[in-house]
Amino acid sequence: MLKTFPKGGVHPEENKLSAGNGIKKMPLPKQVIVPVSQHIGAPAQAVVKRGDKVKTGTLIAKAGGFVSSNAHSPVSGKVKKIDNMMDAAGFKKPCIIIDTEEDEWEEGIDTSNDLIKDINATSDEIRNKIADAGIVGLGGATFPTHVKLSIPDGKSIDHIIINGAECEPYLTSDHRVMLEKGHQILIGTQLLMKATGVSKAIIGIENNKRDAIEFLTNIAKEYDGIHIQPLKVQYPQGGEKQLIKALLNREVPSGGLPLDIGCVVQNVGTTVAVYEAVQKNKPLIERVVCVTGKSVKEPCNLVARIGTPLSELIEEVGGLPEDTGKVISGGPMMGKAVSTTDIPVTKGTSGITIFNKIESKRGVATNCIRCARCLSVCPVGLEPYHLKNISENEDWEMLEQEHVMDCIECGSCSYTCPANVPLLDYVRLGKANVSQIIRSRKK
Amino acid sequence: MNTNKLIVSQSPHVSDKNSVQKIMYTVLIALIPAFLVSVYFFGLDAIRVQVIAIASCILVEWAIQKFLIKGNNTIPDGSAILTGVLLAFNVPSNLPWWIIVIGAIVAIGIGKMSFGGLGKNPFNPALVGRVFMLISFPVQMTSWPKVQVLNFAMTDAETGATPLAIMKEGISNGEPVSQIMNSMPTSYADWLTGEMGGSLGEISALALIIGGIYLVWKKVITIHTPLAIFGSIALFTGILYLIDPQSFADPAFHLLTGGVMLGAIYMATDMVTSPMVPKGMWIYGIGIGVITVLIRVWGAYPEGVSFAILIMNAFVPLINRSMKPKLFGEKKKEK
Repeated sequence: MLKTFPKGGVHPEENKLSAGNGIKKMPLPKQVIVPVSQHIGAPAQAVVKRGDKVKTGTLIAKAGGFVSSNAHSPVSGKVKKIDNMMDAAGFKKPCIIIDTEEDEWEEGIDTSNDLIKDINATSDEIRNKIADAGIVGLGGATFPTHVKLSIPDGKSIDHIIINGAECEPYLTSDHRVMLEKGHQILIGTQLLMKATGVSKAIIGIENNKRDAIEFLTNIAKEYDGIHIQPLKVQYPQGGEKQLIKALLNREVPSGGLPLDIGCVVQNVGTTVAVYEAVQKNKPLIERVVCVTGKSVKEPCNLVARIGTPLSELIEEVGGLPEDTGKVISGGPMMGKAVSTTDIPVTKGTSGITIFNKIESKRGVATNCIRCARCLSVCPVGLEPYHLKNISENEDWEMLEQEHVMDCIECGSCSYTCPANVPLLDYVRLGKANVSQIIRSRKK
Repeated sequence: MNTNKLIVSQSPHVSDKNSVQKIMYTVLIALIPAFLVSVYFFGLDAIRVQVIAIASCILVEWAIQKFLIKGNNTIPDGSAILTGVLLAFNVPSNLPWWIIVIGAIVAIGIGKMSFGGLGKNPFNPALVGRVFMLISFPVQMTSWPKVQVLNFAMTDAETGATPLAIMKEGISNGEPVSQIMNSMPTSYADWLTGEMGGSLGEISALALIIGGIYLVWKKVITIHTPLAIFGSIALFTGILYLIDPQSFADPAFHLLTGGVMLGAIYMATDMVTSPMVPKGMWIYGIGIGVITVLIRVWGAYPEGVSFAILIMNAFVPLINRSMKPKLFGEKKKEK
């Protein structure tokens, strides 16, 4: 029996169309749009102004606090302007727009392909370099990585967990990274272990990526303390809490963090960024983006500079198909449908999924028949049908008592509902209102 | 600028292929074996009752949607057909057509549509219809034609009592159970295959169990509710039987005769009117089992499954509110 989390979960059609296609490098974009803040936490501040010359890797936005992150120029060229531009969620956010001239890197960055295995940095140096390089969780949550690695007094951790589950249907960027950058992942993991003073690390990978499991298990023998654990394919196993439960059978307390039960979870892509930051001095200025969809000519995994418009990536895989209905930034279960392809790739863009008009249609919602499927698939143990009813009645206090804030928005409830009730839409509405109430209470 | 207009909606952007319609039709497929048995033993009458029940249920729902609620046509979801089939399964094969029509009007009109249609009804519609007919037309609803294998002549068949009625009658006359069992025209094997007097769909335990296994395999029902009902009936009647085997019938008799199989597998598991979590299903099922035995042994009616299910239906909202699934990472309460 393969390990998995015990409660809830669904198994959507995997559709990993681009799993067999190696990572390709995108040509340099003519212009990049770099959002000043691409992370969760305090907004960063732009430190360049119009007309400034920047090199690839130049700091262009500085972290605005501890829980915040730097941003670097992904190309070399001239800052055209700093303006409010639309992001994937549809909000206008300040962005630094740079016209590309060349690809001249900042001094001190090692752009060679040599693998550096020896770790010389101390644990403080590793943390500082990660913070300087502007590394955030590349799985999509974009939480600043150095914050996760700073263990507060009174807490101790015993495991680093590396998330290679990639439970989202369609997406294959983590899969390809594991196949092509195995050593970087393992060295990055060792850096994370050193930074936190932990001797054990587990890489959890779902069993539909057999080649990656085999490859990493093989090369992990060269590295101490790293264990590769195959997992049963089950969505949302890539959720932090579900992954820890599956690997260590520990439950993050309601309202708590993985830190509370001795774990730090990082995505496989993040470990590669950590390796590059510490061993090569390279800031986070590019990432692997999976561009996929059944109607896409050749689904691909592309390395794109941060700030490249989605439209250029889509052009690279054969252009937007005629009958496109939806362009999703991310995967089909948790990704955001975007209103335009002019928005840029950010640190959190793990993929672009393109749906045709038929796939994009939502079923017509009918009466709930109380089949309890939403309850049985909820990995958190909530009652989605009940939360939806309370949310509809705008009874926010009761909604809070029903633990609505524990919802991880995995979408398993809406996915499985036979009556096509948009349960998660109502739960999100409720969460937004409840968090507003919680915030006003703190004041 | 991309002129192709994109659709924007919240995630998730995919859904599984399940639908309310599929669930309803799966239940209908599961009822096919029991339907075939009813035709085998009751002949054309079984088809006659089925057709009248289904047609009137569809008609009543369509008319209410069209003229009273003025809403969308809900017939394609299959729930009206299912109610019709279950209604027919719960009546004797010689029931006059007009009583079936009244039953359908009560089942769909009062049992379902008056609450707002599918999903909103607190009670199982088919059972509401059945109990209404049973109380209003006790004579017609309890005259059971004797089974005749593959007899397609539309003649008035002889009627006889169900095993449960024979048992009730015998015990109230003070006869010992062993003597009643000996004089019973049918045996355990007959109750398993369905060769006994009774409502259309309840006679063959075997056919109903086959359909039940199909439903569990298709994940339309879970096994908790039926098991709780069977278990509690077996335990309760088993204790009574051990106390005095001459005044109380044995558990196998209680499980195989009457509507226990039909009720436990198809009526009590109705999603709309049953609890959500396994713990709640156990309580609900045990309640049905206990009330059924209480009515059968000490009540005025020989059969009590329908009443038991309806009574426990009323407790479902309470069960749902007090039995919650376990929250992930819930803090243990400090004492």
